[in-house]
Amino acid sequence: MKVTVDEDRCCGAGTCVLLVPEVFDQREDDGVVVLLEAAPAEGFHAAVREAANVCPAAAITVAETA
Amino acid sequence: MTSTVDTSPAEVPDFPMERAAGRPFDPPPAARAKQEESALTRVRLWDGSTPWLVTRYAEQRALLSDSRVSADIATPGYPSPAPLPKDGGSRISFILMDDPEHNRLRRMVTAPFSMRRVAAMRPAIQQIVDDRIDELLAGPRPVDLVEAFALPVPSLVICELLGVPYSDHDFFQENSKVIVRRAASHEERMAGHAALSGYLERLVGEKEANPADDLLSGLAVRVTAGELTRAEAAQMGVLLLIAGHETTANMIALGTLALLEHPDQLALLRSSDDPKLVASATEELLRYLNITHNGRRRAVVEDIEVGGEVVRAGEGLILANDIANRDTSVFEDPDRLDITRDAHRHVAFGFGVHQCLGQQLARLELQIVYSTLYRRIPTLALAGDLADIPFKHDGSVYGVYELPVTW
Ligand code: SF4
Repeated sequence: MKVTVDEDRCCGAGTCVLLVPEVFDQREDDGVVVLLEAAPAEGFHAAVREAANVCPAAAITVAETA
Repeated sequence: MTSTVDTSPAEVPDFPMERAAGRPFDPPPAARAKQEESALTRVRLWDGSTPWLVTRYAEQRALLSDSRVSADIATPGYPSPAPLPKDGGSRISFILMDDPEHNRLRRMVTAPFSMRRVAAMRPAIQQIVDDRIDELLAGPRPVDLVEAFALPVPSLVICELLGVPYSDHDFFQENSKVIVRRAASHEERMAGHAALSGYLERLVGEKEANPADDLLSGLAVRVTAGELTRAEAAQMGVLLLIAGHETTANMIALGTLALLEHPDQLALLRSSDDPKLVASATEELLRYLNITHNGRRRAVVEDIEVGGEVVRAGEGLILANDIANRDTSVFEDPDRLDITRDAHRHVAFGFGVHQCLGQQLARLELQIVYSTLYRRIPTLALAGDLADIPFKHDGSVYGVYELPVTW
């Protein structure tokens, strides 16, 4: 799995951090998403997919590579 | 006779719709019925306009994140809940703007609402909640829980975060009340706004001279740097002050009433030590009660095909999040309050780039309240009949005006 984030779209509501703090964080000065782990471990895949799904700004993209 | 079209005046229902008698926690049955028929339906507003009511979850999320949809109240077709002032003073804040302007202004106030910064406020909020419960327990009963607890807790929290003196709470609570009351006249609402704006402009001015460690001071620094006008900073302050205490206060009081009416759920919440259950109970109450019951308002700027309909440029959209939160395709048995369900996909905070900025703070406050109040006052009970409780049917935020309780 490969994860990318679009900082320009992010509205900083933090839903992704709430769901998977191991993979997403927020920038200190403006709350914009910070990707901690572009290739998260298997165990986080479901939660990362869910984070991409509920991200209100569609700022998270998940590519399901082998 | 020409053939009838389904937009003939008689068939378009008025909006807002009414809740059913004796079902204060459920959205209007007429809107639910529409949801079963189709994803989009026409409704008639106070001014005779007939925007689309978007009733289903999937279509709502799609439209709220579509760039052909505008949140700007000045866009043609925008379904305004009340007459617009002629001077354009209605564009009170970034919630009624589109990107890039919306994004620029919103990012100036996002940092204090990030997960980490909010989590750091936990001890301070717990202290506020504990102190208010001490006062409740030492005071008379029955007592109005709204006045004595539900309103003070989030007001104290947002005052601390913004840097507004809580000693002014009578003033800003009174003015906020007028602004969110649907039945208030246009003049009353504008006067409320003017009073709050003036107050916050003065406060921002003071912080320009004397910045402290709070959100308004952060804005004051930007005013000094020329990135923002003092009036813009004051408008953001008004928005955050109102949004910060009106909504959470209603979730506290209405949530408590809902739990008292569902004793099995209350018992479950009170007897568990699991923070996960507290978190899921909070999401479920947000979903089930959905206190912003007038829908998100938008205008369409380019034709869009959605849910088997083509919505045209210049048409208005009302995205009924309360109905979406009862969509059976997303939530099983949606009319049942079940604090153990996973409700995190609810749209009580909206969806798209305008999704509630303060949602993590609201979550934390509610989690602390819901896990503390009923434990410390285990015999908390309604003092009177449910039928006598005054509900805020006329407000842009739903809730109860009063909640008499005893223990
Ligand atoms: S959920 Fe989306 S919008 Fe919110 S912080 Fe994460 S990436 Fe940004």
